[in-house]
Amino acid sequence: MIKAILIFNNHGKPRLSKFYEHYSEDTEQQIIRETFHLVSKRDENVCNFLEGGMLIGGSDYKLIYRHYATLYFVFCVDSSESELGILDLIQVFVETLDKCFENVCELDLIFHVDKVHNILAEMVMGGMVLETNMNEIIMQVDAQNKMEKSEIKTRHILSCIPQYKIQYHSHHSCHYYGDLTVPLFQCTSRIRDH
Amino acid sequence: MALKIVKGSIDRMFDKNLQDLVRGIRNHKEDEAKYISTCIDEIKQELKQDNIAVKANAVCKLTYLQMLGYDVSWAAFNIVEVMSSSKFTYKRIGYLAASQCFHESTDVIMLTTNQIRKDLSSPNQYDTGVALTGLSCFVTPDLARDLANDIMTLMSHTKPYIRKKAVLIMYKVFLKYPESLRPAFPRLKEKLEDPDPGVQSAAVNVICELARRNPKNYLSLAPLFFKLMTSSTNNWVLIKIIKLFGALTPLEPRLGKKLIEPLTNLIHSTSAMSLLYECVNTVIAVLISLSSGMPNHSASIQLCVQKLRILIEDSDQNLKYLGLLAMSKILKTHPKSVQSHKDLILQCLDDKDESIRLRALDLLYGMVSKKNLMEIVKKLMLHVDKAEGTTYRDELLTKIIDICSQSNYQYITNFEWYISILVELTRLEGTRHGHLIASQMLDVAIRVKAIRVFAVAQMATLLDNAHLLTGNMQRNGICEVLYAAAWICGEFSEHLENPMQTLEAMLRPKVATLPGHIQAVYVQNAAKLFATVLKNQEGNTDSTTAQETSQLMIERLPLFVQSANLEVQERASCILQLVKYIQKLQQKDIEVAEEVSALFAGELNPVAPKAQKKVPVPEGLDLDAWINEPPSESESEDEQPKAIFSKEEPKHSRPRHTEVDEKELARRREARKQEQANNPFYIKASPSSQKVYQETAGVEHIPVVQIDLSVPLKVPGLPMSDQYVKLEEERRQKERAEKKKKEKKKRKEKRSGRGKKHDSGPESEEDITPAHMVDIVTEEMPENALPSDDDDKDPNDPHKALDIDLDNLVEAAGRRPLADSEKLPVRSHRAAEVVKSPTEDGEMESVASQEPKKKNSKEKKEKKKDKDRERKKSKDEKKKKKHKHEEKEEDLLRGQADEPVVQSEETSEVVAPPTSTSAEVSDLDFWLSTAPVPSNTQEAATVAAEAAPVPEAASGTAPASEPDEPKDTEMEETKSSKHKKKKQKKEKEEKEKKKKKKHHHHHHHSDGGGEESVQNGTVEEEEPLPPMSNYCLLAENSYIKMMMEDADQVCDIQGNLQDGSQVVVSVIFENKCDSFLKSMEFNVLDSLNCKLQRPEGSGPHDGLTVPFQLPPGVSNEARFVFTVQSIVMPQKLKGTLTFIVKNEDSSTHEKLDFKLHFTCTSYLITTPCYSDAFAKLLESGDLNGSSVRLEGINMPFHHLLARICFHHHFSVVERIDSCASMYSRSIQGHHVCLLVKTSGQTVSIDAKCDEPTLLGNVLDEIKQTFSQC
Repeated sequence: MIKAILIFNNHGKPRLSKFYEHYSEDTEQQIIRETFHLVSKRDENVCNFLEGGMLIGGSDYKLIYRHYATLYFVFCVDSSESELGILDLIQVFVETLDKCFENVCELDLIFHVDKVHNILAEMVMGGMVLETNMNEIIMQVDAQNKMEKSEIKTRHILSCIPQYKIQYHSHHSCHYYGDLTVPLFQCTSRIRDH
Repeated sequence: MALKIVKGSIDRMFDKNLQDLVRGIRNHKEDEAKYISTCIDEIKQELKQDNIAVKANAVCKLTYLQMLGYDVSWAAFNIVEVMSSSKFTYKRIGYLAASQCFHESTDVIMLTTNQIRKDLSSPNQYDTGVALTGLSCFVTPDLARDLANDIMTLMSHTKPYIRKKAVLIMYKVFLKYPESLRPAFPRLKEKLEDPDPGVQSAAVNVICELARRNPKNYLSLAPLFFKLMTSSTNNWVLIKIIKLFGALTPLEPRLGKKLIEPLTNLIHSTSAMSLLYECVNTVIAVLISLSSGMPNHSASIQLCVQKLRILIEDSDQNLKYLGLLAMSKILKTHPKSVQSHKDLILQCLDDKDESIRLRALDLLYGMVSKKNLMEIVKKLMLHVDKAEGTTYRDELLTKIIDICSQSNYQYITNFEWYISILVELTRLEGTRHGHLIASQMLDVAIRVKAIRVFAVAQMATLLDNAHLLTGNMQRNGICEVLYAAAWICGEFSEHLENPMQTLEAMLRPKVATLPGHIQAVYVQNAAKLFATVLKNQEGNTDSTTAQETSQLMIERLPLFVQSANLEVQERASCILQLVKYIQKLQQKDIEVAEEVSALFAGELNPVAPKAQKKVPVPEGLDLDAWINEPPSESESEDEQPKAIFSKEEPKHSRPRHTEVDEKELARRREARKQEQANNPFYIKASPSSQKVYQETAGVEHIPVVQIDLSVPLKVPGLPMSDQYVKLEEERRQKERAEKKKKEKKKRKEKRSGRGKKHDSGPESEEDITPAHMVDIVTEEMPENALPSDDDDKDPNDPHKALDIDLDNLVEAAGRRPLADSEKLPVRSHRAAEVVKSPTEDGEMESVASQEPKKKNSKEKKEKKKDKDRERKKSKDEKKKKKHKHEEKEEDLLRGQADEPVVQSEETSEVVAPPTSTSAEVSDLDFWLSTAPVPSNTQEAATVAAEAAPVPEAASGTAPASEPDEPKDTEMEETKSSKHKKKKQKKEKEEKEKKKKKKHHHHHHHSDGGGEESVQNGTVEEEEPLPPMSNYCLLAENSYIKMMMEDADQVCDIQGNLQDGSQVVVSVIFENKCDSFLKSMEFNVLDSLNCKLQRPEGSGPHDGLTVPFQLPPGVSNEARFVFTVQSIVMPQKLKGTLTFIVKNEDSSTHEKLDFKLHFTCTSYLITTPCYSDAFAKLLESGDLNGSSVRLEGINMPFHHLLARICFHHHFSVVERIDSCASMYSRSIQGHHVCLLVKTSGQTVSIDAKCDEPTLLGNVLDEIKQTFSQC
């Protein structure tokens, strides 16, 4: 089970928080703060797992995170999840965001947190992984956005925001999954090109 | 109106949307809070408008603010409004907001039920999807109950998108509403083979999550998962399944054996690291479960370790980390294979990544040996010095202590070294673990007697330099060490070189800055030191030193008397007065040393931390019993006068066992002493525990190594443990040399005999002898300690409720309906669950009687095959399952009245699936007993082979136990000692008897009463038993007859765990008139002690609707559950049955009064008991005896026993000629033992029970049974 998914930037500002268990707003903020402190202290070239169980859940829980340019993506999961699997899931999440927002950057997340939530809802539901196939996720998200557009034709504000691109580190691509895993975690060559 | 709309749309143009809000916040960095509060005011205005678009916009902004930490629960109702918008856009915003901020105590949630239901059944799949997603975050028990059925329907939706969401959310539903698990499980299982990979993955996900918490209930799914594992190519699914197998293998080692091969193949073939890693993990789990050490698995261990080494050596830190993590799992069972990679692990200790260092530390724990402990700890001490962060340093500290103290200091050869390590650790700045070091010091000093001299010297130095430890308030944690130091110096002060100096150190004014509890110890131990000083000075003619000491005490103690800490103050003032008095005596030249040291006489032994928990509760002491009766909750319910109440609850506690206890205790004490005498590790107490510090004989001839104390030990600023490493090395070398010499000698001696070459290889573990003999005093446990090392389970774990047996359900899904009570609540027909029309009943019966008959022969055949194995298992399982499912079965049984035997067997075993076309093999045992199946093709072959016996069996002849009517005569002749058959017969006979009486045969005989009456007895059947029935007439009138089975009870497992116990009463209603009887209502006037269980929500005086109607001449059975508090006395309850008699032209209301009689025997449960357990029970001596004599019994002895078994629920433990011992247990756990002897026509029954009142009543009832015949 996934207990929480947090996205915050290099300064600890939350960009998305999704808790699959109820906490009060204050506790949530505290968890975000402490997670940020734990994660931000770590060097770039150390492992992506953290046993910071004190925050949520206890010893059975792990923090699994990835750092993309200005953003940290942190998943708090218990022992039923595969560590490497979750790392790849984060990758799929970011790739999906990249496709949906066309070259995603932090600002996309800042101004469209609702859209990010909608994308995430197609991947993870109630703390369990729902879908790992990026094409399927994008298809469903697009279909719902189309519905939305047909409902509201009037208000559609496109914000013109300077784009700070998220840099994809080459070593963050999906190398834990080999050729056998056709439907999962497909890496698009487009991302590698960044 | 029009104006309003226009105004609304103009307003909207100026409304902020989410993007504006975000931009605004970014532009108001200085006064963010103020800006947001104005935004919230705007939002409040927006929410007041009727326009849903405005509301949705507001809610969307609130969701954002919620993420920033603002409480938005005040808008919950508006969120619900937006959720119920017909437009998808707004609905989605509403559900998102709800999923972010709703939780179980949000009260508007109950308003959403209908809206969610509407969305779930929406034709638009995304409406449904959004509702499911939202619900997954905020589902409550109420929502789960009300919507479970709707969601279950969605599991079979045509669109895979909905199916997978519905499947996944079921897990949340199960958690909140565990009752839904059983009805939903068959469908969930079906989804494991869904054509859509997403749905399949979701089902795997849910079942894995369920199985992780309660693995044993899912063992029967292993074959199916095995098939998936060998066929699936989806790594995500594979990983889940492999993880699941990891959880299942500890329960079924045979499964592990089967798994090894395919997993090994996967390890070799996969290129995906995540899959490889999980495979390795599960192989490790398998190896652990097979830890008996099968030789052919060493290859698997090697493979795992080898693969892990590759991971650890990888440059990717993630793989390195996981490799170490998995390695630590192997370490537990196969330490040898890990130890060979010590180099690699030590290397990881230097890694720059803290997580990896921590993992490596964990591994070190299992890698130490006597040989390398000092070396490893030395390395760790270096790390301690280098460590920059306090967390890592603290971790190092605890690890060092863990490593050294593990398994009772097993690896420590030199305790002086260890003490100096501990002393060195005290120099750590700002550690939180001062108390840990302190407790180690105390533990070692107390338990290793030989080290006390050294320890005391070290502690005295510590005390002397206490200012170093306390100088900085930042290092507060470490001052805990002084607690230990002061105590050790005080308690073992006879070893002190210079007690006077230490005393002075302990009374320094600086001490007053220490925490109170430490000061208290200082004061107390100063007194001990004082006593020692006096004692040392006793022989001395010059008494100035003693008087100086007293003076010192009197001068310094007032400082502590002024302490704000009560404990310190009290101790100090006591001791001060004492010393003043002593001073007076000293001035009169009176010898006081003896008396003063008597104050602190006595040896302190370590006590095991669990000791308190293990003290057995004395018999007769009920810790949960109320000392005073709790005030009754509502006085109005007390309808009966108080006198009756007190009569019904006799006092349980009796002072009878004191004498027995005394004897027993003495005996146990003796046994304990014997055991201790033989235990080399136990240091015997000095003959009188009051004697002070008398050296025990054992310590005297311990060769204590001379320590050169002039070595830097006394300088606490310098590291000293290194010295020991060197010393130790030298010592070992010397020893080795000596050994060699000896061996040489031996060899020389031997050489004359034969010239065999001896090679003294590398030093092995055993060769290392400790520096000095150390006795480690074992921790003391209380006498009669209970051996159980039980549960640390969390009673609040929500997963506990999901521990539901699913086997019989899964297997029978196709043909056996769930009990009515288990069906998921459906909105419109909730009331209809209970009432069933007679036609429905008839249909059910006809279907049921056709179906199972076909299967019957198949099953029988299967059963026969596994008979031996099964029999053993079923005996145990039947009991459990019977109790658990009795109520549920009730309804099932009604449909299968013809085959009670099959029914009862089915519940206790795993049978083949109903359709032989299905390739799925569900007989787990059968599946496991076949050879491992490595590949798909091979598996198909085995499956075919496994499926083969089924059709064969179907065509086979019906076995002898086929319970058809014609076979009965045959049965009558077969003399068998098998109890099952006997029981069958009993039932049949009874049935026959009833058949004669009645035209229709609608009821069944429940299998509760006499089922295992002679479970493990040895009753030989000499001649057929006369028919017996437990049904007795309850009441009768011209319309209806009620028969009650007086002795059918169920001990509900859950009920028993709490206070109450349940008794189930089966009543047969028989229609004796020509009219239709309907609307029967059964009601009983509850007594305080005995209450009818009514459905939730109904009042205490409401009747229960009997769930059927009776056409003329028909009879049927209903069961009613009662909760009983005290079971020691029989009970009578008055009741009424009201019903409507319906003729063609009229209908009249009628009623029938009856009295329910609960005998004490009806509280007994047939429980098998083995003769040794029985003997132990009698020996234990806490049972009260009583006896009864029956005259004029002229029936064969075995009939007599069978009667007691049948009517009074006993089981025969042992029978020898005309004497038999019998056993039964009450639903509240009282043991009842009988010894039945017969001679001529006299039968004497000696009985024992821990509850005399109950016993008396049971015996009376037995007597009555036999007086009637």
